[in-house]
Amino acid sequence: MSKEVATAVKTICTQCNNDRSRMMDIVRAVQEQFSCVSDEAIDVIARQVSTPRVEVESTVSFYTFLSKTPKGKIVIRLCNDIIDRMNGFDVIANAFKQELGINFGETTPDGKISLEHTACIGMCDQAPAALINNVVVTDLSSDKVRSIVKTLKETGDPQKLVSRLGDGNNANDLVKAMVHNNIRKKGDVVFAFSEFTPNAGLEKALAMSPVEVINEVNTARLRGRGGAGFPAGMKWEFTRNAESGEKYIICNADEGEPGTFKDRVILTELPDRLFEGMTIAGYAIGAENGILYLRGEYAYLYDFLSQMLNERRRQGLLGTDILGKKGLNFDIRIQMGAGAYICGEETALISSCEGLRGDPKNRPPFPAQEGYLKNPTCVNNVETFCCVVSILDKGAAWFSEIGTKQSHGTKLLSVSGDCQSPGVYELPFGITVNELLKEVGAPNAAAVQIGGPSGQMICKDDFNRTICYDDLATGGSVMVFGPERNILDVVDYFMEFFIEESCGYCTPCRAGNVLLKQYLEKIIDGKGEPCDLEVLQDLGETVKTASRCGLGQTSANPILTTLKNFRSAYEALVKKSKDGMQPSFDIQAVLQESQDIAGRKSVHFS
Amino acid sequence: MEKPKVATTSLAGCFGCHMSLLDIDDRILKLIELVDFDKSPVDDIKEFTGRCLVGLVEGGCANEENVRVLQDFRKHCDLLISVGDCATMGGLPAMRNNVPLKECLEEAFINGPSVYNPSGKVPNDPEIPLLLNQVYPCHEVVKIDYHIPGCPPSADTLWEILVALLNNKPIDLPYELIKYD
Repeated sequence: MSKEVATAVKTICTQCNNDRSRMMDIVRAVQEQFSCVSDEAIDVIARQVSTPRVEVESTVSFYTFLSKTPKGKIVIRLCNDIIDRMNGFDVIANAFKQELGINFGETTPDGKISLEHTACIGMCDQAPAALINNVVVTDLSSDKVRSIVKTLKETGDPQKLVSRLGDGNNANDLVKAMVHNNIRKKGDVVFAFSEFTPNAGLEKALAMSPVEVINEVNTARLRGRGGAGFPAGMKWEFTRNAESGEKYIICNADEGEPGTFKDRVILTELPDRLFEGMTIAGYAIGAENGILYLRGEYAYLYDFLSQMLNERRRQGLLGTDILGKKGLNFDIRIQMGAGAYICGEETALISSCEGLRGDPKNRPPFPAQEGYLKNPTCVNNVETFCCVVSILDKGAAWFSEIGTKQSHGTKLLSVSGDCQSPGVYELPFGITVNELLKEVGAPNAAAVQIGGPSGQMICKDDFNRTICYDDLATGGSVMVFGPERNILDVVDYFMEFFIEESCGYCTPCRAGNVLLKQYLEKIIDGKGEPCDLEVLQDLGETVKTASRCGLGQTSANPILTTLKNFRSAYEALVKKSKDGMQPSFDIQAVLQESQDIAGRKSVHFS
Repeated sequence: MEKPKVATTSLAGCFGCHMSLLDIDDRILKLIELVDFDKSPVDDIKEFTGRCLVGLVEGGCANEENVRVLQDFRKHCDLLISVGDCATMGGLPAMRNNVPLKECLEEAFINGPSVYNPSGKVPNDPEIPLLLNQVYPCHEVVKIDYHIPGCPPSADTLWEILVALLNNKPIDLPYELIKYD
């Protein structure tokens, strides 16, 4: 390795104070500068931050946006999410391959452009979409692909692709994105921002004692908006009452659940409210440090968000003695992710913030006791923090009047798929699926996936059920499928997604999901037997029960919920084998290699 | 009344499961009172003489002959039982599944550090059954009715299961017999 590279890597490490826990920033910077984190760079980093080499390497190998082998200066990441597949992914993929003359996973011979697949990038409402370095291109067509590749070849600069800017802050000088917000329905809690005075929530909070703030959140019965629905006030209380260590507030902006993009819109339009919410949490819990964990796919918002933080510091809303309150210190830093779905799981997210592989941690201890760098940590969703601001501003009683008895407030739903108006809808809890479908313009929907792949697929019979924590819980993803869609193909894609995103730590998830997909494909190929449905059910339940974290505990849901709600689709494909042989076993195929090597035909099967 | 018939075979296994079956010791005399053995290494009957109630299969399928024998078992047995980890999951032989077949053969017969093979060729007599591209557990080749895990399943496990099966009673295995580590 040349001396310059070693020096450059050293400089990057020094800029990060040779701090091992800032590994993510270090490796991201090295990747950006050299298009890879080579073995040599790993050596230098390991020495600089005094950590075993394997720890650096395992981090690099974990995240999809990092690589040991050089990639092009420009990396095109085409989203292969199910919604993109329904909107002409194949045509777009072929157009890219043809124009660049390479396959997916390859780099052009001149080393300039790499072509890759990626899971949901949070643009399902404007699919098919791709990330080109940090530039988002949406609503792709084969014509658009041709002109994109032409521009990239001519200029080598993805920024040159930006033509017509999106609405709202997407047009901000620091964002300059062609992304559209697609806010379709504004509710009372989050999107009614024109009715709120900026920082009124924070001011009212500071007039109360921290315990009173937590009580207010508890009275409002605010539950986590990320999907699991844990009472936010309780989480705050646990973290506040934790005895040892400096406390941390983390905002989970790693919305990786396919079909979710509501946090993207909050981050674009309401970052101020989000930061206000985090500051309130900091005050209530007694934390001086906040981290916004931003998914790598949303890197295009980084400069904008950083500037918003600076602006708040300038206004005395962050930093020391906030709003003149002596001794009230709180600041927020942004931690970038690097492409890993599992990092949306809070303990994996904490691992990632610490500069490690995004492996989930064992619980207990829960993050409220021992989280970020073993400190008491409170992790909340972007939307949860926004709700906090409204609650503090308008009061718990006001908040409790919205929604249902058990699920207070509104929910941001990211609706995509076979509907007229995909986008973000803020609706009160308790709305039925039928009402939602009417709202989004999907009168013919045959199936709706609520809560993303880890949620549940429901059929028409269930469309009168309500969206709330006690019935259909969701982190916000709603995918609509029309009658012409093959449900089992959708399920098959979801399983492919989970196999790809499993961290591989525990066997039920690492191996179980692969087996589930094999059985599913056997059935799709028409080679399944009725008893295979039982196997699928048993195996699915095993994966669900025995996995270590939320990924494995929900990855079987696409199969389990469709086995229940779309059983006829499975039953139509399976038939009993008459002679007890497995139709999926093709003796000629499995003997082919051997026959070629030996140069003779099989004696038993010719 | 005619005694029910049992057949057994060892495919890509090590005969350890058969050894474990012999470990039932003097209970084998009771077993003979309960059943007749048909095709099996126990009595060295090479081909099926008739229909059997139970077929016990040790080992997975590594070559074409394994497949033929297993299919033959399926045709002749009312109930087919995968016995041991190789039959149920492929077991040790399946460790080759991640290595291409050609590489496996060359390592075994040409390149391996302890290989003495002046011909420098992979044996290729027509009598040698062709290997499958991978090792398959039995249930991926034919329908299997029951699986008995273990490497090997202990004699007591096999005994309890066979007796329960022959007496048409539910299997109630104590914890010690299904605990593996």
